[in-house]
Amino acid sequence: MRTIFEKPDALTDKITHYCPGCTHGVIHRLVAESLDELGLRERTVGIAPVGCAVLAYHYFNTDFQEAAHGRAAALATGAKRVRPDLILFTYQGDGDLASIGMAETIHACNRGEKITTIFVNNAVYGMTGGQMAPTTMPGQVTTTSPAGRDVAECGQPIRMAEVLSQIKTPGYIARVAVHTPAHIVKAKRCIKQAFKYQAEGRCYSLVECLSTCPTNWGMTPIESIKWVEETMMPYYPLGVKRTPDEGEGG
Amino acid sequence: MRHEVMFAGFGGQGIMLIGQMLAYAGMNEGKQAVWLPSYGPEMRGGTAYCIVQVSDDPIGSPVVANPMNAAVMNRPSLDKFGPEVKPGGLLLINSSLIPDTSKRTDISILNVGCNQIANEEGTGKAANMVILGALIGATKMVKPKSIEDMIEYQFGKKGKRKLVDINIRIFNRGLDIGKTSVKDRK
Amino acid sequence: MKGNEAIGEAAVCAGCLNYFAYPITPQSEVAEYLSRRLPEVGGTFLQGESEVAVSYMLFGASAAGERVFTTSSSPGISLMAEGMSYLSGAQLPVVIVNIVRGGPGLGGILPAQSDYMQAVKGAGHGDYHVLVLAPAGVQEAVDLTIDAFTLAERYSNPVLILGDGMIGQMMEPVEFPDPETIPPPQPRPWATTGMKDRRQNLIRSLFLSPDSLEYNNMHLRAKYDAMERDEVRYESYHAERKMDVLIVAYGTMARICKTAVDVLREQGLKVGLVRPISLYPYPMQVVHEAAQKAKDVLVVELSTGQMVEDVHHAVAGSRPVHFFGKTGGNIPPPDRIADEVRKLLVKKPGKSRKTGRKS
Repeated sequence: MRTIFEKPDALTDKITHYCPGCTHGVIHRLVAESLDELGLRERTVGIAPVGCAVLAYHYFNTDFQEAAHGRAAALATGAKRVRPDLILFTYQGDGDLASIGMAETIHACNRGEKITTIFVNNAVYGMTGGQMAPTTMPGQVTTTSPAGRDVAECGQPIRMAEVLSQIKTPGYIARVAVHTPAHIVKAKRCIKQAFKYQAEGRCYSLVECLSTCPTNWGMTPIESIKWVEETMMPYYPLGVKRTPDEGEGG
Repeated sequence: MRHEVMFAGFGGQGIMLIGQMLAYAGMNEGKQAVWLPSYGPEMRGGTAYCIVQVSDDPIGSPVVANPMNAAVMNRPSLDKFGPEVKPGGLLLINSSLIPDTSKRTDISILNVGCNQIANEEGTGKAANMVILGALIGATKMVKPKSIEDMIEYQFGKKGKRKLVDINIRIFNRGLDIGKTSVKDRK
Repeated sequence: MKGNEAIGEAAVCAGCLNYFAYPITPQSEVAEYLSRRLPEVGGTFLQGESEVAVSYMLFGASAAGERVFTTSSSPGISLMAEGMSYLSGAQLPVVIVNIVRGGPGLGGILPAQSDYMQAVKGAGHGDYHVLVLAPAGVQEAVDLTIDAFTLAERYSNPVLILGDGMIGQMMEPVEFPDPETIPPPQPRPWATTGMKDRRQNLIRSLFLSPDSLEYNNMHLRAKYDAMERDEVRYESYHAERKMDVLIVAYGTMARICKTAVDVLREQGLKVGLVRPISLYPYPMQVVHEAAQKAKDVLVVELSTGQMVEDVHHAVAGSRPVHFFGKTGGNIPPPDRIADEVRKLLVKKPGKSRKTGRKS
């Protein structure tokens, strides 16, 4: 029998707890494929966040540490500094990375820590039940913005990829989407590139993935995909924001 | 035998340095030594002080409220610490910067023109060495040679031979004043 | 050597070459010293963006299998409180040094002992303890720092050194032990070092099912029981015979009290001292037994009364417990302590005299 398709070595057999229509699973797979293809799995340590991906350590076939809210980049920094031979990646959501973990995120990027961050932006706090995130869209209804996000009161959503691409320290910053096969192919390219830069000891890397949350958005999976396309993508433009080859940030 | 001294003056007068040199000198003689500084914002230009104890036996409290000896290099230090010297103790006053002296009669008072003497030898910066010398001369807290070794160590490591010689000379002028004062008292 | 620098060198001596920290008075000299020293020995020095981040850098480094430590002072330790809870839950060996300054809030930068509760009763959330050791001088700060690494690994638990501004700033002669005599780091088969040829290693404090969390908490409890059995440390000074007054004090305050004991004994007064060295586990039994030999117990602290609660607990009402405390960076000299003891000696029978807030 000929194998046509199989699960990456870097994923376990465990069935994920993610909701139907959620794209966490896709992003997990892209990370796992990248680790396999680059031959990094056996020396990789993942850092799990607090959020929907808190149990990511059950799904990845790598060593894992579980962080407190927002502190993943600090754990990765500590581990990478004392064991530079390891490959460190953090897997974080928007509340974790862009709210409570903003300081850790920006400073890890600014120090040029040789770590990779997979940043899943679904414009909402998922696990805690759909509260407003720093990335929640203007007017978006959440459990803590029942009348929709009021930008006069809460400010505009934070564009993390753009914020981090302002930093002068060489880094690789990209934003991708994973709601269509074409986007998934492009996203894979960016995620793999991010790990490649780390494996070469070159720079900090972060890939922001626009993701869906049908459960908390109150939509069907199909509607969610449309919402990413029509509401999120115009505000969160995709693309490689910065590469380590550029002299200075935009 | 346990000796204690409080050095006090402006930040920048080398108060901490002479305290450390004395503690190291004691240590190099195989004695117990503690150097406890004041620290923080008060060090930025304000009154800096440190307490040094040199002892043959283990030292208990690093804090001494009423020291047996005090050396004050400026007016605020005299006002603050002059009254604190233990009865029967010794108060050294830098008379170059402090025109007044202490009115206490229950302690020995030694007025030393530290800046003037240091200037005569060519560097006003080393006024702290005069007071250190006077203290050692009056109390024999450590051997003068141990302080000279510390001067050698402190300035010699920067390759400043000239500075070593000047400081030793200035220290010895202070030392003579200290020794003479003891004779006078007897 | 200055206490702060000596603590830094002690860690290097103990084979801990990884240090993460954030500057704060009165202990920034440790970071300054190690920023020069660690590169010489091929170690890792990193100034983090906050104490919060630093506590998690310790987490990451310890979980990756390496000895690691940090130093800070009171407000910084408050920020590390969260991390201490996670480090304890995940059972990671790290060493944290608190050179205590006065609080609450920004307080002051002078010596204080007002973080006793925070250190001993748990700064962060959850059912946990860190092992707390309190040195009374620079040499002991060196010795305890070196021991702390071994203890942290023995119990897979954070160890906190509770000093005060005086320990950090004071200069005293110190001797460093021959590195050959220091136990080498224990292997950490559980560390996250890449899962080649073995099953996944996972470092976490999350246990969502009631039974698994209870299992973890019971395991932690068993460790604390072992610490309480095996790691109690104290110094007893003239507290073996009958006394009029037993003084209980720790850290540099105990050292000042020791001089007061000498002064009082020279005057023929029967006074002794028990100095807890391990604050958690607390020498409950020792304090209790010493108190039985005394008429009165006097607790002296640079706080408004923190350790005194544990002394009450230890003495359990069998003797009057008095308290004398100074704060703000005011350090009572030996004579002041002696005065407090004399007050107890002249008191009328049957009446307990109050000194300070608690009695």
